[in-house]
Amino acid sequence: MSANTALAEKYRNNFLKEIEEQVEMGDWVKMCMQCGVCSGSCPTNFQSAWEHPPQELFMMIRAGKRDEVLTSTSMWNCTSCYNCIVRCPRKLPITHIMHGIAEYAHRIGLAPKMQATRFFSGLFWKNATKTGRVNELKLSMGLYFKNGFGSGVKEGMKMKDVAIGLVLAKRLNPLELFGGHKCKDQKGIQAMLKKAYEIERSRKAAKMAG
Amino acid sequence: MAKHEYAFYPGCSSQKGASASNYLTSVESMCKTLDVKLTEIPDWNCCGASIGYAEAGELPRHVMNARNFALSEKNLPGQEIVATCAACWLGARETRERLTHSDTLMADTREALKEAGLTINEMPNIRHMVEVLIEDLGFDEMKKHVVRPLEGVKIAGYVGCQTNRPFGVDGESFENPQYLDRMVEMVGAESIPEYEQKVTCCGGALAFSEPEKAQAQIKDIVESAYDHGAEMIVTPCPLCQANVEIYQGQINKTYGTKFNIPVMYYSQLMVVAYGGSAKDAALNGQMIKARRLEEIAAKPVKR
Repeated sequence: MSANTALAEKYRNNFLKEIEEQVEMGDWVKMCMQCGVCSGSCPTNFQSAWEHPPQELFMMIRAGKRDEVLTSTSMWNCTSCYNCIVRCPRKLPITHIMHGIAEYAHRIGLAPKMQATRFFSGLFWKNATKTGRVNELKLSMGLYFKNGFGSGVKEGMKMKDVAIGLVLAKRLNPLELFGGHKCKDQKGIQAMLKKAYEIERSRKAAKMAG
Repeated sequence: MAKHEYAFYPGCSSQKGASASNYLTSVESMCKTLDVKLTEIPDWNCCGASIGYAEAGELPRHVMNARNFALSEKNLPGQEIVATCAACWLGARETRERLTHSDTLMADTREALKEAGLTINEMPNIRHMVEVLIEDLGFDEMKKHVVRPLEGVKIAGYVGCQTNRPFGVDGESFENPQYLDRMVEMVGAESIPEYEQKVTCCGGALAFSEPEKAQAQIKDIVESAYDHGAEMIVTPCPLCQANVEIYQGQINKTYGTKFNIPVMYYSQLMVVAYGGSAKDAALNGQMIKARRLEEIAAKPVKR
């Protein structure tokens, strides 16, 4: 049984409980009073409209619309501007709930595979934790070459002027491709993160079993 | 001994050859004038930023920040941690808040830190450099060192998101913070308090992953600065600086605009006003050159 099937089975007919137990800050969802200030304060919802803005996602969770929520591209539109958090009259940590739902959907394999920000988010975390520090050149290259070499060159060409400008301003170093900045105690960082993932996994599993 | 000492968390983008290396150069010059001593936390690591969320989970993300706290406590005991980057500051403050409020999370964090031979006994204070300037030094102290006021330069103070929300600077409103405008006036330039895009989001990491969305926001930020007659934009955030500056060419292609406005750090304005050279202020680090500041920086200093 896949992780997703097991979770769907365990929380059958109680998607709200699933979100409360498995998603970071998920226990806040029930506090939403559907005023819509979050949706009206969101910069990306304003210009291109999320499929389901935050307040709508909260109601869908309570209505048990599991697949629609977890496969949605909506949460991935979050720019982490925190406008929804500071304006929410019920003080819901909406930005964190959006990140939390997205992370959960990604973790159990339901997040839309080709969503660009989902891809970039994973790429960023791997880039940063590999050596302990971000390698900006490898990060950008990883993004542009995500669909293979041909389209990578095309994407890279679009960014040519930006890249040249940054190199000239000494804010992008081509040599970062061969090493670059890193932490000394990379071994310690890897061991520490491995432990953190272990603990987090066992805590979520305990909740599911409980 | 320096007047003020802090444990310094420069962050990935401030490193040599990285996107905000000009920020660090100007902060170092500024701190020299103000007698602020920053000691880099040895072997500090990335904060995870907001955008790492898909894989970061909760504990791994907090553990990354906690490692920096532990290194600071071990090597620079008793010093507050100062970050120049908005995301580093936000990430670290958020971890501090979560660990302080949850004994379980704190215990789990300690267990993971053990694997790296580290521990936390005391939770450090996490400050942004602008908090240090405003709260620990104050506007009078900052102004005292101005020997070359940026007279007649009109500057739009773009605060952005993460130095402003969800924590922000004490005493400032989320919707219309005033401190950056006051800093602009402090260096002798003309501020634009009614600049309505001062807390608009630049798109953050979406500038990489979904550029058309981010660039629509950046367009509003730049356009409004022009509408108010600004000659340049100033910001306290490395990602705001990069996003608002480096995509102006692409925005011009998409929208038929003719944007070419410099985007500076507050520290660069201060260094020039304090009599520093273009090099001290890292003006060569701008993709869109700030000619007006370069001219001022070349003038002799009134002492």
